[in-house]
Amino acid sequence: MNKIEQSISELYEIDDLAAGNSMIHRRSALAKLAVTVLYIILVMSFHKYDLPGLVPMVFYPVILFQLSGIPVSLCFKKLRYVLPVVCAVGIVNPFLDRSPVLYLGGVPVTGGMISFLTLLLKGIFCLQASFLLISTTRIEEICAALRKIRVPSMLVTLLLLTYRYVTLMAQEVLVMTQAYSLRAPGQKGIHYSAWGSFLGQLLIRSRDRAQQLYSAMLLRGYRGEFPHAQRAAGGFPDMAYTLVWTAFLLFLRFVDLSTLAGGLLI
Amino acid sequence: MITFENVSFSYGSAEKPVLSNISFYIGRGESVGLIGANGAGKSTVMKLLLGLLKGTGRIVVDGKEVQADTLSYVRKKLGFVLQNSDDQMFMPTVLEDMMFGPLNYGADRKTAEEAADRTLERLGLMYLKNRHNHRLSEGEKRMAAIATVLAMEPEGLLMDEPTASLDPFNRRIVIDTINAQPQTKIITSHDLDMICDTCPRVILLSRGSVEADGPADEILRDRALLERCHLELPIRYQFR
Ligand SMILES: Nc1ncnc2c1ncn2[C@@H]1O[C@H](COP(=O)(O)OP(=O)(O)OP(=O)(O)O)[C@@H](O)[C@H]1O
Ligand SMILES: [Mg+2]
Repeated sequence: MNKIEQSISELYEIDDLAAGNSMIHRRSALAKLAVTVLYIILVMSFHKYDLPGLVPMVFYPVILFQLSGIPVSLCFKKLRYVLPVVCAVGIVNPFLDRSPVLYLGGVPVTGGMISFLTLLLKGIFCLQASFLLISTTRIEEICAALRKIRVPSMLVTLLLLTYRYVTLMAQEVLVMTQAYSLRAPGQKGIHYSAWGSFLGQLLIRSRDRAQQLYSAMLLRGYRGEFPHAQRAAGGFPDMAYTLVWTAFLLFLRFVDLSTLAGGLLI
Repeated sequence: MITFENVSFSYGSAEKPVLSNISFYIGRGESVGLIGANGAGKSTVMKLLLGLLKGTGRIVVDGKEVQADTLSYVRKKLGFVLQNSDDQMFMPTVLEDMMFGPLNYGADRKTAEEAADRTLERLGLMYLKNRHNHRLSEGEKRMAAIATVLAMEPEGLLMDEPTASLDPFNRRIVIDTINAQPQTKIITSHDLDMICDTCPRVILLSRGSVEADGPADEILRDRALLERCHLELPIRYQFR
């Protein structure tokens, strides 16, 4: 398998996960969406030096991984593409902000290092939360939930098409590179002289493909609504899920656990 | 059930018309083979019928003219098997793809899955049910695409090259399935033997106009006519 094929398979893997049937999978998309959004907002709201405050937020992904049966290793495998970006954004911090804030066994720990770690952790937490959402909820259900809270049908269709489309586009790239390499044996990658026409072709093909895809959906009755996607919607378990998480997350955010724990020890 | 009245069409205003003044009528329950050389305009006719393209003239499906406000009516009546299966299948697995249509028309998941099962059973395709679309062979994809349309139980069937890339066994299954469907059917194909087996009537397109329209066993035996339109006699008539 080459790299493109590999990533196509990985995208489909998420669909397989989302089709599972754990107690998390069974919650309604709206409940999961709400909790995820709340979690991300709370995580982002921590001050850049508040590393000790941020750490307890790890409970959310840990518990969710447990309950949904989604393998943690898989999540990190998928995040390997995005994590370097997060690192790259924060990596300058330790160099800019060099004032020591505390000493660990005589080694100065600078503000920059703390804020870098905080940023990294925030990145990981948010990515994990999003990953958990899409690997326990089918994209159609997410779309249905978005429609339920009145997100315009146009935007939702766009989201759905993009999601479905990324894989098709990757396939298009795969087919084109294969066709290219068949007639350019012994060449590694694509020669820069062909980049222009290659990209142009890709754009045109992508546009046509998107058009065809949308037609195929229209032909089978798609009208920007998702009447069917909802698994047992609403109801007590979903209410409970949302309320318990909201309470717990707010608790993690606003009660200073590290001081509390420290206080207990003394 | 389907009427074309003086329909003309061109892709882009500057280009020469792909279809000019096409007229025909297809009654309920009829099975019609739409044949013609590459580029004759067969796929274009089907797309016009479904409102995917808009030309001039009148196209009527089951009493309603094909227009912006009747599209969902028309599309619900007619199931369309596209010439390119890759354009047809967009969900991750065969089952989900088959359920997409019925669900959109208000079936619940259980009913939709049962409909899918029935269709797969009939076509002998149960082994494809949970496979990923992008990992199917060309012919498997074709069969799955046909299944997605049959699962919607439309009143009319449009099939663009249904037997392309099928092995003889699956080709036979498709022919038998087509014959078992009581619906109105329009089938395009270069496999004229398949047309002989499925369609009592044939419409022959040539360079965008109707060259002949009549009983299959007259048109498909007319060597001069077919050769003029870049076609050949079906194999079964070749050695007589
Ligand atoms: N998107 C398009 N833009 C411009 N011209 C097109 C487009 N699609 C098809 N054509 C042209 O319209 C004509 C009819 O095409 P159509 O696809 O209907 O042919 P067909 O009878 O289905 O042929 P085939 O047997 O090869 O499938 C061809 O000459 C083709 O080049
Ligand atoms: Mg065609």
